[in-house]
Amino acid sequence: MTESALFTIFVVAYLFYLGKSLNPPYPREVLEFPWLGSFFLFGSSATVVVAEQRLKKGDLGGFHLWWLITALMGLGFLIYTGAEWYHLIYHDGLTLSTNLFGSTFYSLVGLHASHVVVGLILLTLILVASLTGNIQHRHHEHIQMISWYWHFVDGIWAVVVTVVYIIGMQS
Amino acid sequence: MANSTTPLREIGTELAPAPPGHEHGTLTAWIQDLIFTVDHKKLGFMYLGMGWLFFIAGGILASLIRLQLAVPNNHLMDPESFNGAFTMHGTTMIFFFAMAMVFGLANFVVPLQIGARDMAFPRLNAFSFWATFFGGCFLFLSYIAGPGLYGTGAAPDASWFALAPLTSRAFSPGNNIDYWSLGLLISGVGSITGGVNVMVTIFCYRCKGMTLYRMPLFTWLVLVTMFLVVMFMPPLSAAQIMLVLERFFGAKFFEAQAGGSPVLWQHFFWIFGHPEVYILVMPAFGVVSEVIPVFSRKPIFGYPMMVAATVMIGFISAGVWAHHMFTIGMDSFSVTFFAFATFVIAIPTGIKIFNWLGTMYGGKLRMEVPMLFCIAFLFQFLIAGLTGIMLGCAPFDWQLNDSYFVIAHFHYVIVGGIVFAVFAGFYYWFPKATGRMLNTRLGLWHFWVFTIGFHLTFDPQHFLGFLGMPRRIYTYQEGRGWEFLNMLSTIGAIIQGIGALIFIINMFWSAWKGKIAGDDPWDAWTLEWTTSSPPPEYNFEEIPEVRSRRPLWDLKHPEDPDWKFE
Amino acid sequence: MRGSGRGWLLLGFTVAAFVGFLSSAPVAQAQDSTIRAIQNIFDPLSAPAETIYYVSVLVLAVCAGIFLVVGGLLVYAIIRYRRRGPEDDHDEPPQVYGSAAIELAWTVPPILIVVMLVLVTARTIGEIEHHKMPDAAEEIRVIGHRYWWEVRYPKHDVVTANEIHVPLSSRTNRVPTEMVLESADVIHGFWVPQLNGKTMLVPNYRNTMWVEPYATGIYLGNCTVLCGQQHANMLIRVVVDTPEVYQKWLESQKQAPVSDPQVAEGQQQFISNSCGTCHHIENARGATGVFGPDLSHFSGRATLGSGVAPNDDQHLRSWLMNPQDLKPGCLMPNMQLSSKQVDSILAYLRTLK
Repeated sequence: MTESALFTIFVVAYLFYLGKSLNPPYPREVLEFPWLGSFFLFGSSATVVVAEQRLKKGDLGGFHLWWLITALMGLGFLIYTGAEWYHLIYHDGLTLSTNLFGSTFYSLVGLHASHVVVGLILLTLILVASLTGNIQHRHHEHIQMISWYWHFVDGIWAVVVTVVYIIGMQS
Repeated sequence: MANSTTPLREIGTELAPAPPGHEHGTLTAWIQDLIFTVDHKKLGFMYLGMGWLFFIAGGILASLIRLQLAVPNNHLMDPESFNGAFTMHGTTMIFFFAMAMVFGLANFVVPLQIGARDMAFPRLNAFSFWATFFGGCFLFLSYIAGPGLYGTGAAPDASWFALAPLTSRAFSPGNNIDYWSLGLLISGVGSITGGVNVMVTIFCYRCKGMTLYRMPLFTWLVLVTMFLVVMFMPPLSAAQIMLVLERFFGAKFFEAQAGGSPVLWQHFFWIFGHPEVYILVMPAFGVVSEVIPVFSRKPIFGYPMMVAATVMIGFISAGVWAHHMFTIGMDSFSVTFFAFATFVIAIPTGIKIFNWLGTMYGGKLRMEVPMLFCIAFLFQFLIAGLTGIMLGCAPFDWQLNDSYFVIAHFHYVIVGGIVFAVFAGFYYWFPKATGRMLNTRLGLWHFWVFTIGFHLTFDPQHFLGFLGMPRRIYTYQEGRGWEFLNMLSTIGAIIQGIGALIFIINMFWSAWKGKIAGDDPWDAWTLEWTTSSPPPEYNFEEIPEVRSRRPLWDLKHPEDPDWKFE
Repeated sequence: MRGSGRGWLLLGFTVAAFVGFLSSAPVAQAQDSTIRAIQNIFDPLSAPAETIYYVSVLVLAVCAGIFLVVGGLLVYAIIRYRRRGPEDDHDEPPQVYGSAAIELAWTVPPILIVVMLVLVTARTIGEIEHHKMPDAAEEIRVIGHRYWWEVRYPKHDVVTANEIHVPLSSRTNRVPTEMVLESADVIHGFWVPQLNGKTMLVPNYRNTMWVEPYATGIYLGNCTVLCGQQHANMLIRVVVDTPEVYQKWLESQKQAPVSDPQVAEGQQQFISNSCGTCHHIENARGATGVFGPDLSHFSGRATLGSGVAPNDDQHLRSWLMNPQDLKPGCLMPNMQLSSKQVDSILAYLRTLK
């Protein structure tokens, strides 16, 4: 709830300022729909569910595998975002201080990315703990908390994609 | 659970001395204990202690302000210092006094009232406290920053709501604003985590038999408060993050030159700001809802409606924020809508006043110090609510906004309402927390001096607003008709200060030499009075089981228990 | 009375009325210098302020009524139900939990009051915000700066600062003044209570308000939104003139200041000390700045520094020596002028009426 309220304000700022930047680059010119990134992130929600189920069944090996795939897909998302930003900054000249679009884009997407980083750290910690034999079947409810956080981050991504890319690319 | 051979009174504060063989020894041991404690009672003490410290700081700032404004064309303070003074006064009082009181009282009382042993996440609780405390220290660090110890350093000086674009680098070149936003971001984390903790505790750790509808009203009000905290403090944090990005990284959120809108800052701020004042006032309602029934010797009148009204206020508070923005040039439809919402929120609030009155009717009112503060609260909160209705009428607000009338209104709510309720809560729960009663004689002096001082300070300010005196001016010219009222207000402020001082003295003296209280000095009915004063670290020997809203009444009156009528 | 008698009476009345009319006709060619320093919101002297006044009094009356009723009940409860003494402690009073009927009864009146208030409020908002400006209405643009007011009259091509002249309005000849409010830097607020409620001046936004004063005089006001160090001294003077006096004032503003050879030295000093980079003066080459107030008719104003001091020689000299003495934190720096330079510039400024 807290996090939703936080993200909402950044979403509102982005939407409010859409079309109001006084100088380019504008969203329609530089944004491309993030197919690959979304595939990674949404896909990782599916894989984390599989991992959870494996753990519940007591299949630790399967849990390790799917949990690792989840983390790797999360990493893939971050790499994709990083590449997108590199292109925007160095080729399109869009930074946080360029115009209203730059400010609201980087702050919103960046806030989300920071949450993905936190999630990735959590996933990695669990992976390490698990590989060293500390996670057992009986921990599956605790693991569920982590996966819920991951789903939440994904849900925010859905909102971000809609607002920033789908709606945003109209301007 | 304690070993049965160890004595029960193992608190570790010097307020309740440990029995022989369990001395806690040196100062360092005591400090270590405080730094590492996760006990909700000790953390409660620390929140409250922190609150009083910042209260004194904020009070000194207020005295300086009043002294500067006592006469026209005064030169006690230069404009820069003055702007810093009222900014720091407001920021300190709201975030580091009032919020600290809320969390302090909630921390101490709620687990005891619901029959729990501690908060849901004790370590998170400690973290929340330290984050809040650190945020406050960081804010005050600004006084010795910047140009150094001479002058007033780099204290934030753009008012407690830091209007854009005054806060942009162009108009606030030093680091003043950064102390404000960073300090509050840090304490905001403390508040939000604290809010989560309290909510989980209330939802998950109530003792057996205590349904939500059997919770004491203080706990109910704290629950709704924490809802507001977790939902509406993030917008402030978001806006402050945007401000930091703007000031440090050149982001363009509120800058007019880039096409940005300063009005957006106001929307974001007030979306936080209005629920914030309900966050502050609801625990005050909670205190009053505990004290009035006990001192009227009757249960609260209309408990279900009190709960419903509270929840309604919580919801509606999210929809009234732009009544702080009536003069910004909004379209008339929006202005009318927010005026309407503001009037509507007065209805559940007013109903609460009626319910408290209804509790007193037919009772046997014990006019002891906690009750005196509650009665003053009722009068003053009534006036505060009515001046709020006046401000809710947008055209009236077009005259009164940003004038001393608004200052009078919100000080009536915060001081006349919240501070008085906090005092009532202290006189009520101090015996439980420390095992000793607060001295009645000093309490009466405290009450009368503070009340007279309060009225002398803030009643004239309503009229200053009527006569056109705006807020945030460091001086004013002669001949505007403001001289006499300002002088009255300043005298009142000094008297208030004396009243507050009497209270602080009372706390220290009574902790040392006050009358021993016993478990239940007030003949009250909620769970915290079933355990010893002060409670042992584990709160209750056995977790109680309840059958009604007033478990202790049931125990004392087995011939007429509450659960027969529920 | 008989026919011819009535005719004489009628004639007499007419003559008397005519004479009376003549003698009450506004002969005043001078500005009304009554300073309205006490700006009581309950003493409105302008149409929108009066509209606000009526709704304010109504709301105040309703609130006073509620206070008396509820407060009275509270006082009654305290007296009637107080514990009499230890003899009163033997039993507890009846443990009443509530009463749905009573709670319903005390919920309905507040709802009705709220409905009434909303309707009255909505109507007043509409009356003021959607007021139709007649064609004869005067127009002013007020631009807020830190810490002074730029005032422009688009219909007359007049630019001035800090003292705002507006024409008097009357029932027969309604001349409201519409004001467009903008800001050059941060948010400011414009408030002259006897003329209207306040409105903010927000950068990047154009807000409008209007006044329609029906009493002449000099109305004092303040900036109401914290704008920095000298927010307190960003004062407003609205000079309400009769139509004749107002026209005269406009004419005087349109005339360019005369270049007086006696103060040529002063004018030269003004330019060479870079005063002209911030201040505009009509007809003075090099004085084209827009950062500070327009000084073309500076000596026609009663105050300097947007009201911080009277515009007499003593204060002007002090200002020119170091503005930071009179208004610390204002944006005019100490120009490091010598006493002689100050004298000659002062003499020059005094010719700018």
